[in-house]
Amino acid sequence: MALLEIKDLHVALNDGTEIVKGIDLTVESGEVHAIMGPNGSGKSTLAHALMGHPAYRISSGDVLLDGASLLELGPEERAQRGLFLAFQYPYAIPGVTVTSFLRSAMNALRKARAGGEDDPIPIPEFRKQLTAATEQLKVPRELLGRYLNDGFSGGEKKRVEILQLALLHPRLAVLDETDSGLDIDALKTIAGGVSSLVGPDMGALVITHYQRILNYIRPDYVHVFAGGRFVAEGGPELAEQLESEGYDAYLPEATSGER
Amino acid sequence: MSDHETDVSQIGRDYKYGFHTTDKPSFSTGRGLTREVVETISAQKSEPTWMLERRLEAYEHFLTRPVPTWGGDLSQIDFDSIFYYVKPTESEASSWEELPPDIKNTWDRLGIPEAEKKYLAGVGAQYESEVVYHKLQEELVRQGVVFLGMDVGLREHEEIVREHFGKIVPFRDNKFAALNTAVWSGGSFIYVPPGVKVEMPLQAYFRINAENMGQFERTLIVVDEGAFVHYVEGCTAPIYSSDSLHAAVVEIIVKPGGRCRYTTIQNWSTNVYNLVTKRAVAQKNATVEWVDGNLGSKLTMKYPAIWLTGEGAHGEVLSIAFAGPGQHQDTGAKAVHAAPNTTSVITAKSISRGGGRAGYRGLVNVASGARGAKSKVVCDALILDEESRSDTYPTIRVHEADSNIEHEATVSKIGEEQLFYLMSRGLSESEASSMIVSGFVEPITKELPLEYAVEMNRLIQLQMEGSVG
Repeated sequence: MALLEIKDLHVALNDGTEIVKGIDLTVESGEVHAIMGPNGSGKSTLAHALMGHPAYRISSGDVLLDGASLLELGPEERAQRGLFLAFQYPYAIPGVTVTSFLRSAMNALRKARAGGEDDPIPIPEFRKQLTAATEQLKVPRELLGRYLNDGFSGGEKKRVEILQLALLHPRLAVLDETDSGLDIDALKTIAGGVSSLVGPDMGALVITHYQRILNYIRPDYVHVFAGGRFVAEGGPELAEQLESEGYDAYLPEATSGER
Repeated sequence: MSDHETDVSQIGRDYKYGFHTTDKPSFSTGRGLTREVVETISAQKSEPTWMLERRLEAYEHFLTRPVPTWGGDLSQIDFDSIFYYVKPTESEASSWEELPPDIKNTWDRLGIPEAEKKYLAGVGAQYESEVVYHKLQEELVRQGVVFLGMDVGLREHEEIVREHFGKIVPFRDNKFAALNTAVWSGGSFIYVPPGVKVEMPLQAYFRINAENMGQFERTLIVVDEGAFVHYVEGCTAPIYSSDSLHAAVVEIIVKPGGRCRYTTIQNWSTNVYNLVTKRAVAQKNATVEWVDGNLGSKLTMKYPAIWLTGEGAHGEVLSIAFAGPGQHQDTGAKAVHAAPNTTSVITAKSISRGGGRAGYRGLVNVASGARGAKSKVVCDALILDEESRSDTYPTIRVHEADSNIEHEATVSKIGEEQLFYLMSRGLSESEASSMIVSGFVEPITKELPLEYAVEMNRLIQLQMEGSVG
């Protein structure tokens, strides 16, 4: 059984405008798939729709995680099944420290796993996991006591997104433009962290405009997304080709011109 | 009537501390207020004549004073149906073991013994109208700190009480201050000698435990030069099918260089009118801090005030109000700058949901000659749904050009994007909303003693459950 199966997925805004116009994708555990596309191609819409954002409607098709459809589930239930979205623009929650938020999120997942019974993580165990993950991702300890994403720099936000990923142990991680706004050192650390999590228990879907992050998270498959569809698919070499040639060949004007 | 019953059952579902045990009051003045009731209360307490005279004067003033109409709706208060005095036991008990089992059971359910073990330096517990349990740790006695029920305070420290009683809040201040002065019973009396810093917060628990029972406690705190005390007052009350009135008066005097913090978590059941007059005077270089959380009651009208009467005095008010269905929290703060280089900071946060109404009503007054006075007021309102309401009535009067007054106000709603972000991490919608609300009030909760902060967050969670979906 595939980890993630996307079948002929169509996503529309609530006003009916179709953004994703029929895509198919299968991700197995241990695989990294890159979805690359130009700005405005609907990559982020796809990511948000997978997570169950209320502004988007699945107009047809299906999304299955470990063989079960996600479409009828709210975002929290999708998270509880093992879906994780690293946001391009994470939201600030003033008054809630990173540490307290992490613990609440971990406990929410543990509660779901325990069939709805509270099963809070013992504090020493939480501290241990937190310390290990912060060290690996080089998250400054000082950040943990600050309010979640409140006044964080772009790089700090991204680090904390990946810190969440590391602690929540999802089945499938969707990274939405995680590389944007990162300097090269931060990118290496974060990408290294994600790569180390990919394995028998986790697959990843890396959504990006640039090939840069793929130097550090080696994709098994690359899908080029433009105009709401996959317009080209291949191995890692496709990413390199895009880096040198750009998306021109896949933009609507260019494709219509060729036809 | 059936509407009313439905309403009450609704309260019971949300209200964690909504229980009351059967108690046997030993003495009551019956319903309604007359001159004889006032005389009886005073006689029961064997008070000095001056106090009886003060009560009677206040009673006369209460009769002539109209019910105020500028704030919440007070028209449903039936003054004739209220018990003004109920005395549950003959005398104060000095230890837990001596408490009547009935009363002890009530307190046990509030978790007080556990709290005491961890935190309490002394407990003045108000059960109905009388302080029935009182204990001071030896350390306090050794330091010369007085922490008594107000009735005992009057008996044992009459000079101090006579010097200050009604000076900060005269009975002519407002109708409910007059009522309190006429029928007051219980409350706390605290005196901290010069230079003494009380390390542990002093705590008192209040509750109303009789139907239609009025609660009129009176608190007087005198902090002498260079001394410090933190007084914590937490209220939980059981549920009743008819309205209840709570009209307290708190007076605080902080002498030069002293500091007093007064923390209240008010969680009356949602049939209580909570009309409290709190006022403090900060003398030269003294500091007064009011931390005021209002979660319960049907209507609260409370505006903790600080009179900065000495040069360099500082006042702070941290206020949080949570208005749920059927609740109106009309809260705020007052800072009066009556001396040079005085400073004040007012931070008020309110949350309204389910048709609740929360407001900030505040006054900053800078008197002529209060050169270099500085005041900052920040009001933030969080409105959780379309039916709920938030009002801001700030009044600023400046009679001194050499002063600096700032006022900021924001109104916000919980954003769909914030909720989605938290839910994408596995939190349910109500857990996500609670987290956002707890974060919103965090600047206040972080100032509370730990157990109160925990309780406050639990109460918010409770309030938020059923508020979504």
